[in-house]
Formats: sequence, C-alpha cells, structure tokens
Amino acid sequence: MKHFVSALALTAALAAPAFAQDTKVIGVSIPAATHGWAGGMNYFAKTTVERLEATYPQLDFVLATASDPAKQVNDIEDMLATRKIDALVVLPFESEPLTGPVQNVRNAGAWVTVVDRGLAVPGIENLYVAGDNPGFGRVSGEYMASKMTSGGKIVVLRGIPTTIDNERVAGFQSAIEGKNIEVLGMEHGNWNRDTSFTVMQDFLSKHPQIDAVWASDDDMAVGVLAAIEAAGRKDIQFVLGGAGMKEMIKRTMDGDAMIPANVTYPPSMIATAIEITAVGMVSAAPVSGNFIIGSVLVTPENASTYYYPDSPF
Amino acid sequence: MSDIAKPPRQIQMGVIGPILALVILVAMGAAMNPNFLGWDNITNVLARSAFIGIIAVGMTFVITAGGLDLSVGSMAAFVAGLMILVMNKALPTMGVGVPVVLLGMAVALGAGLVAGLVNGLLITRLGIEAFIVTLGSMGIYRSLVTWLADGGTLSLDFGLRTFYQPVYYGGLFGISWPIIVFAVVVVLGEILMRSTAFGRHCAAIGSNDQVARYSSVRVARVRLLTYVMLGVLVGVATIMYVPRLGSASSATGLLWELEAIAAVIIGGTVLKGGFGRVWGTVIGVLILTLIGNILNLTDFVSPYLNGAIQGAIIVLAVVLQRESKPGH
Repeated sequence: MKHFVSALALTAALAAPAFAQDTKVIGVSIPAATHGWAGGMNYFAKTTVERLEATYPQLDFVLATASDPAKQVNDIEDMLATRKIDALVVLPFESEPLTGPVQNVRNAGAWVTVVDRGLAVPGIENLYVAGDNPGFGRVSGEYMASKMTSGGKIVVLRGIPTTIDNERVAGFQSAIEGKNIEVLGMEHGNWNRDTSFTVMQDFLSKHPQIDAVWASDDDMAVGVLAAIEAAGRKDIQFVLGGAGMKEMIKRTMDGDAMIPANVTYPPSMIATAIEITAVGMVSAAPVSGNFIIGSVLVTPENASTYYYPDSPF
Repeated sequence: MSDIAKPPRQIQMGVIGPILALVILVAMGAAMNPNFLGWDNITNVLARSAFIGIIAVGMTFVITAGGLDLSVGSMAAFVAGLMILVMNKALPTMGVGVPVVLLGMAVALGAGLVAGLVNGLLITRLGIEAFIVTLGSMGIYRSLVTWLADGGTLSLDFGLRTFYQPVYYGGLFGISWPIIVFAVVVVLGEILMRSTAFGRHCAAIGSNDQVARYSSVRVARVRLLTYVMLGVLVGVATIMYVPRLGSASSATGLLWELEAIAAVIIGGTVLKGGFGRVWGTVIGVLILTLIGNILNLTDFVSPYLNGAIQGAIIVLAVVLQRESKPGH
C-alpha cells in the first residue's frame, strides 16, 4: 500500500510539469439539444470534455447548454465572472446577440474559439471552427444534378430561417443552375420531423409528379420518407438528406435506393474546437486561425467511414 | 336571418363566428388549389388535427373549469419517449405482436393519467396557481424526454414500428384511426360537457368557484378530474402519434400546449372559464391546421410570413365572435 501511494505521488509529480500550479479553465457554451444535430453536438461536447479532463489534469472545464440566446449570454457572463475562464469555446445560438458578450470575454484577456456560427463582427475570435454551409448546399446540388442527368422536378425542405439555411440554399441553387432541374416548391421544415412530415404531405397533394426531394437534413428526411410512404407515391426516386444521422448513413451503407447518399455536416466539429483549444492551452503549438470542416458526399462506397453507432445522432 | 319572432337569445356571432371563419378558410383553400378538397388532402388535414384535437378537447374542460395546462406538449413528448423505451425493452421477451403494442398503449395511458394527477393534485390540494404548476411541469417533462433520449432521438424498433404503423395510417372504410378516435373523443366530450352534471359543474366552477362550493359542488374533485382527463387524453394522442414517425425527441410536441389553448379559445370557450364548447374546439383545431395546410398548398406568401398569417387569422377568428353580450 505504501509503495502504491508513493508511486502515485511520483506519477502525479511527473505528470504535472510546469503548469501544475495554474490550472486553466476552459468554458464551453453551446445550445441545448433541441433537435437531432444539436443532440449529437451535445454528445460530442460532453464526451470530449470528459476525455480531456482525464488527459490534462491541469485543465478544468465548464460546460453550459442554453435553450435560447439570452440564457447563453447569461452563461457566458457567469463563466467570466465566477469561474475566471482562460478560454471560451462558444457555438453561438444567434450571431447578433452573442457578439457583445463574447467580445467582453476577449477583452478580459481570454482565448476565444467560435464554432459553426460566426459572430456579427469579424476578428473577435482567436480560432474559428466551422462547417462549410455554402459547400454543404453545393455538394448537395451537384449530387442531385448528377443523379438527374436529364433534369427533373424537385421539392426542397429548408431549415429554420437563419443565415446557415440561406447559405446552404444559395449554394444549392447555384449548383443546380442550368441543369434543367425545376424546383417546384420550397418550404421551411424547421429541421423538425413532424413539420417536415406535414410539409411533405402538402407537397404531395399539390404536385402530381415529383422526381426527387432535397430534404437538406436527416431529421427532415425521416418526416419526408414517412409522408411519401403513407401516400404510396412511386414517382419520387430518391430523397437527399444531410448532416449524417447514423440511421440514414446506415441506410445508404445498406444500399437503400431511396437514400442513395448523404452530405456531412458533422456535429462533432465541437469536439475539434474543444480539442484544438485545449492544445493551445497546454502547449506552445500555435492554434489560431480558421479551421473549416468540409462537407463530404457520403455514398454506399464510403458510408462505413461516417457511421458512428454510439452517437445519439 | 329568419322571419320568425326572435327569442331573447338570438343566434349570435359567438356561435356562427368560428364556423364562418372555417367556411371562409375552406373557400379560400378551394379557390387557390384544386387538390385542396381532394380526399387525400382532407384526410391528411383531419388526421394531423387529431393530436392537438384530442388534447384540446381535454383542455376545453380544464379551461371551462377556470384552469389552464401549459404542460401538455412536453407531457406528450415525455409519454411518447417513455412508451418507446418500454416497448423497445419489452420487445426481446414479448416479440413483435399485439401484446407489446397493448403494453405500450397501457404505458401511455398510465403515464398520462399519473402526469395529469400530479398536476391536478398540486393545483387543487396545495392550491398553487395552475399557470405556475404546469409551467413547472412543462419544463420538467421537456428535460426528462431530452434526458431519456440522451439529447438525441428515441426510435421505436423498426420491425415493431412497421407492425404498429397501421394505428396511424390504417383505418376503417378509408377513414384512418386518428380521425375515428378524434371523432369519438369529441362526441363523448360534447355529451359530457352538455348533458352531465360534471360538465355543468365545470362551468359553474369556472364561473364562480365560491358559489359553486356553496351549491355543494365538490370543486377540488371536479378540477382534479379535469386535469386527470386531460392527462389521459394526452396519452391517447400519444398512442396515435408514436406510430406516425416511430420516434420521440426533445422537439416532439413543441408548442402543442399553445395550439391546444388557441383552438379552445377560437372555438368560443372563455379563457377565464365558466363557459365551454367542445364542438367549437374542433372548429378551432381545424382552423389552425387548415391555415398551415393552405399556406403550404399555395405560393401566395413568403414562407417567412406564415407565422404572421397564422397570428392574424387567429385574432380574426376571435374578433368574429365579438358581440354585444346580451344579458351578460
């Protein structure tokens, strides 16, 4: 026993080098799990924090989830005031309301990592980690154009009206331009299964012939598929979702003709952001700049690479 | 209007107002899109009204008795999540079949009953404001379903979902089950409200609970019963909801409570209590569902403005009911 204790003390002494005295605190502020993608993002944030806390004893993490922008502002103010954070990793709920509070964190001398949604004023963040929204739309559009070489009629389900959604749709539209693809209609499914089910039912009532659907998100694709199945319509050849939900990736992997592909927008980008920030805190490696995670086309051939059975998303 | 000598209680706007609004909406829909009155669209609209509708019938009683329940949307999500969990757990031992579905249904009804009972007991026994109690339980159930789903989505086993699906998509004589159940609930609700002591007690309590108490109405028990009934109806709605997409997440049932309350008020029930109308609630639910349906079927307005149109029509439908209240 005595040996064990001294061994433990020795390891502790070895493992905690110069930084031992000043523990650094990293605050992580993210939106709550209000839809599938955010649920996945929460999962990755939690597991990453757990992993890093075990790896780096000199780092302390504060993780807060907010159900609206006002709550997120409070979270960040509290982190700065009561926990004296040395770094903040933030996925802003909305750009405008979060810009001021994050600026204050930066002015207080802390490191700022912004994830996914940029702030309204450029240059506040030290590190920017994001998915590629115009690219997400572009890859989706190019895929649909390549699947429908002789053109066709499609309907589009959009997400919650935000910059993210606008950028994706703009990217999609420019990719299908001149490809003889007619967009019959676009409605907001709000990244929600139930809303998308309803919207798709109405699209089906309205249009007697639909060749394909750009659901633009896998939660929405679930609703769309249920509506098509219930209506018994055979004219729709395929549905393209997005973001890489595990059930959908699985169907692509299994060669389901209705779900021939997916376009990634990984919720695990929060893990990337936290990991890089942690590296910046514990080492001398420079980590400032932009880190853009590309949207990749997932097909039956490469689907197994993007299949994470343990993630909730 | 007719030539018959009008009795002091005329047919007022309060009665025809909601019907008028519904008729106008239907006429607008039919004019804008030929598919609007097609059988498929009508069944779609009725079936999707069923969830909110079944809940709104229960809400009519709660509001008539002077109460309010903000927790029904979260409660539905929680009950759905619990039901899916239990069914998935029971699947290996029970196998795909009727027993496991019946178990799920029992869980839904039981959970709804308990949830309603808790709300009701807190309100009637501890005397806490209904608004506060149900605001609290709204948050609790919403968090619980997020927690149960680990932030993601709870999905029913695929084979079981296929087996259970006919409960939403199947039906009798081309009319799907949700519509049938909705109709049965409405007819029972209407009878309960109009022709039973319970219905009259609800109105009496909502109108003036002191007077009701002096008239030997068991105020606390009637109130409690309205919340329990609402809870059970949330369970019924969930039984219809789960087979549709076979999943529940923190986004399930979002804002259902407000839609149900709006439907009740559009239908002519008084928000302060004292007067309730079950058939009016049905009209209210149909109006709410139709607005969304018509907006989807036409490209008339930017989808960004859907919420504004919805809001305007809700207010209009209530304005139509305004009348010079005779003898009130």
